[in-house]
Amino acid sequence: MDGPPGLIDWIPNLLRGLGNTMLVTVLATILMVVLAVILGLMARSRRMPVRGVARVVIEFFRGTSLPIQLLWFYFALPMVGFQLNAIFAGVLAFGLNYGAYGAEVVRGAINAVPRPQWEAATALNLSSWQRMTRVVWPQAIPLMIPAMNNLFIQLFKSTPLLFAITIIDVMQMGEAFRFAGGNSTAMYLLLMVVYFVIAYAVTFLMNLAEAAAKKRLGQHEGVRSMFRTRKPVPQEVTP
Amino acid sequence: MNWSWSFAVEILPDLLEHFLKYTLVATVLGTAVAAVLGLVFAMIRFVRIPVLAQATTAFIEFVRSTPLLIQLFFLFYALPGMGLTLSPMFVGVLGLGVHYACYMADVYRSGIDAVPKGQWEASVALQLPPRTTWQRVVLPQAVRNVLPALGNYAIAMFKETPFLAFITVPELLHTARDIGGDTFRYLEPFTMAGLVFLAASYPTALLLRRLEGRLAAY
Repeated sequence: MDGPPGLIDWIPNLLRGLGNTMLVTVLATILMVVLAVILGLMARSRRMPVRGVARVVIEFFRGTSLPIQLLWFYFALPMVGFQLNAIFAGVLAFGLNYGAYGAEVVRGAINAVPRPQWEAATALNLSSWQRMTRVVWPQAIPLMIPAMNNLFIQLFKSTPLLFAITIIDVMQMGEAFRFAGGNSTAMYLLLMVVYFVIAYAVTFLMNLAEAAAKKRLGQHEGVRSMFRTRKPVPQEVTP
Repeated sequence: MNWSWSFAVEILPDLLEHFLKYTLVATVLGTAVAAVLGLVFAMIRFVRIPVLAQATTAFIEFVRSTPLLIQLFFLFYALPGMGLTLSPMFVGVLGLGVHYACYMADVYRSGIDAVPKGQWEASVALQLPPRTTWQRVVLPQAVRNVLPALGNYAIAMFKETPFLAFITVPELLHTARDIGGDTFRYLEPFTMAGLVFLAASYPTALLLRRLEGRLAAY
């Protein structure tokens, strides 16, 4: 190699790293949503043991910091005989951590569906399955989309941590550029712009999803709502 | 290899020492920076100082949509190239503080918006100077409204302090990793580190929930 690498020469490397970043992001987001729904429903179960298990899992994964969980899955778990593939460890850590936060979002949104809606469904003799799928969920989904979007973005913003468990993600490629003597200021700014653009694209898609979900309820939103930016809400206190 | 209680107990004092000296200190200082800077951002936007207000909004959006880790690396590895070398702990506090200030700015804004209009009008009627209006009338009410939300961000920041391990701050996670590297046992250090976090953050979150209930009762 002659001289330090230029930013343009490094773009193929960055794209390769971004592939891994996005792979983990997408898989972890899927796991997160699945866990959020399961734990969220469990947390409002009438049976004490079910609710108890959900609460313990939720509080445990919210309370023990994400970077520690990630390193634990990759470095500590092999010590008791489970060697996880790095990608899998990343998906598991991000999915479990944000799934625990998402469970509170799901629980809060379902609880926010007005009581008379439940009673009306019962009065109409709908089964409990029909009540959930035809009455409660269609109204709860638009309520949970903004908070879920915040979590999606937070999950995505945590992915540079993957470089710490040997995954060749976009951050690792940025680091390689610095070690090769490239201009680190330009590289970090570029990485931030990449994250910024993707985060905004996700927000735009979630605004579309929210409008579509509201349309089903007969609430029409203007075109302006598509370009709304996020309104972050602290996730800690349960609604 | 199995879990060894004696090893876990043996490393605990070392972990706790670094937890107190770096993790907690970074959280407290970072929260202080974020609380002050967030208020400054919110006031710049509220009084609509031309150009500066738009620049602040853009800055807030950008910082909130980019990863904390890259921001920390930028401050730690890129700034020295521009002739500004900062200590790891200073970078950590600055990075956490600025990142969370961008979240807190919005919280303050909603708190200021929630102060009834009559309070502003009364201040005008009493001919209070702007400084007194803010200090004695608006901010005391605004800050009380948003105290629980600010507390939530402080806990969130606390749980992100392990990011500082990657810019060589010897906080809890860094210490656990060092112990693991020295002894080839990662199970106990990382598990204990996670439990220390749980033991500190869960009671704080409970306290905060009670505080929120109390403030809401007024």
